[in-house]
Amino acid sequence: MERILEVKDLHVHFNTYAGKIRAVRGVSFHLNRGETLAIVGESGCGKTVTSKALLRLYKPPQVGIGETSQILYSGEDVLKMGKKRLQDYRGHQVGMVFQDPMTSLNPTMKVGDQIAEALLIHNKISKKEARTQAVEALKLVNIPNPEKRAECYPHQLSGGMRQRVVIAIALSCHPSVIVADEPTTALDVTIQAQILDLLAEIKEKTGTAIILVTHDLGVVANFATRIQVMYAGQIMERGTTREIFYQPSHPYTEALLNSVPKLSSKDKGELYSLKGTPPDLILDLACCPFCARCPYCMPICRERMPEETALSDTHRVSCWLQHPSAPAVGSLNNARKAGE
Amino acid sequence: MAEKQPLVQVENLSKHFIVGKSVLRAVDNVSLTICRGETLGLVGESGCGKTTFGRTLLQLYRPTSGTIIFDGKNVSGMKRRELVSFKKDAQIIFQDPYASLDPRMTIGDIVAEGLNVHFSLSGEEKRQKAAALLQKVGLGEDYISRYAHELSGGQRQRVGIARALAVEPRFIVCDEPISALDVSIQAQVINLLIQLQRDFSLTYLFISHDLSMVRYISDRIGVMYLGSLMELADNETLYSDPVHPYTQALLSAIPVADPDLGTVRQRIKLEGEIPSPINMPSGCKFHQRCRCAQEICSRELPELREVAPGHMAACHFAGELSRT
Repeated sequence: MERILEVKDLHVHFNTYAGKIRAVRGVSFHLNRGETLAIVGESGCGKTVTSKALLRLYKPPQVGIGETSQILYSGEDVLKMGKKRLQDYRGHQVGMVFQDPMTSLNPTMKVGDQIAEALLIHNKISKKEARTQAVEALKLVNIPNPEKRAECYPHQLSGGMRQRVVIAIALSCHPSVIVADEPTTALDVTIQAQILDLLAEIKEKTGTAIILVTHDLGVVANFATRIQVMYAGQIMERGTTREIFYQPSHPYTEALLNSVPKLSSKDKGELYSLKGTPPDLILDLACCPFCARCPYCMPICRERMPEETALSDTHRVSCWLQHPSAPAVGSLNNARKAGE
Repeated sequence: MAEKQPLVQVENLSKHFIVGKSVLRAVDNVSLTICRGETLGLVGESGCGKTTFGRTLLQLYRPTSGTIIFDGKNVSGMKRRELVSFKKDAQIIFQDPYASLDPRMTIGDIVAEGLNVHFSLSGEEKRQKAAALLQKVGLGEDYISRYAHELSGGQRQRVGIARALAVEPRFIVCDEPISALDVSIQAQVINLLIQLQRDFSLTYLFISHDLSMVRYISDRIGVMYLGSLMELADNETLYSDPVHPYTQALLSAIPVADPDLGTVRQRIKLEGEIPSPINMPSGCKFHQRCRCAQEICSRELPELREVAPGHMAACHFAGELSRT
């Protein structure tokens, strides 16, 4: 399969008065053409920073990207693109859907104009043509009465409608990748279901690859092809959706899956909960970042970061438990099975 | 059974807000009973009036009409002094732990503030009590002199819980206490709430839009839509045998964290969005989006009626409809 996007050793840090906050610490992954990759993790794990870095939305000097980092779009390094090329890349090649549709639209512009704005920047077309295409884009995201809606201001639309407009903007220049950063977090469940259906439908129609950033494992279960779990700026585990859900091999993935109450179970026992909170990203972590909260923590975990171990072609995990001399790992999965 | 005694009885409670020249009916004729020691879950989408209901119940808003009976006493007829004691008994944990703690007060002062109103304690006694409460919610005593900005979301919500507990309430409205928190932290807070309920024999009204958490913590669950109660049942029945088309659609929209189960499960799609609570639809409030709507639904408002013992639903066809 063709790798449309490839990220190699991505480091992102924020320069603050308190010091360097290293939000993303050496992340490597790829995206195949037409697939859906989900990045899952809790707040502060670096998932949004990773996704924004893909479009180079961070500017120095406040934000620094590692010197060895590479983001390759069809072989071309995004981090080395000139201003003009970058403008074209954002929009034509990669579109972005932001988290909060209440704040990501301009309140003083009609939504039709906001879509047309994106079209005018990226294409040599007349205003009238841009306008017609904007209405087309609204139609594509299933907004009823698109001609009339194009004349509305964002405050006249509901949250779900606004998110559709944001998706329409991202789609307007027919990108081959869409980066969706928590597209449904601000929405109600029934509207969330509508938006996820819409994204799936668009993917079917246009063959766009999607990077879905979310904290909700329920959202990705039926949507993503592959999942990668992030914690403290690093990828802890990656694999196909089935591998992550049915053979989770990192204690953190395990914990994430278990702290969601299952709709099917009638069990009222204590909900599995992790102790403590994620580490402060201002610190240099030489150890496994999860060691302080891990129920299986061993002495080695506090000393060195584990290497990534391949469990199958697609399934990889960074955990010392995978080391040949580690105690039986099977107990992890057995305990889970016994609990069900 | 002792635990089946009602603690809070709400009859035909309404709360209307005046918006310009029109009336927004946030809570419209809601009746329900919360028994001692139980957790009643209240779910619904944003704007359905669940938070307004919780706040009106505690007299944070003055109800437009209807009666609230707390422990046998009518709250709306209460004199000032009785009302103070009602407010000691009924507390609230707010949704957003970032906005509900005063950034200029120490954690100890925040927790002890309610004690000034309801108890006459010396400074040292208050300090001790605050320390004990912080201990109880899983924060150390040393948090007493810290400020809210030094704490993480989960820790702040624990402070919110300690503050509610300080005045020894019997009833707590938990208004989306976990929706601002991360998954792993949510589980910590939920476990704490359950623990505290056992230790202090508390009664909860648990308001949330997270249907899987509500199911986990609640004994009975009410579903609200546009200010009205659509269905009320014990949690097993509601999830296994919902009779209202809205409940069915809402439950089927929950994303399941299980790829296999998700593909088997049938989804009922809801078209369109919630109508405005200013311009309420005639008849049943849900009829425009309901897949089973008949002619009668747009004419007559269905009453909340009992379809099975303990299972109430407001639908003309409740009990006659199949799930698909």
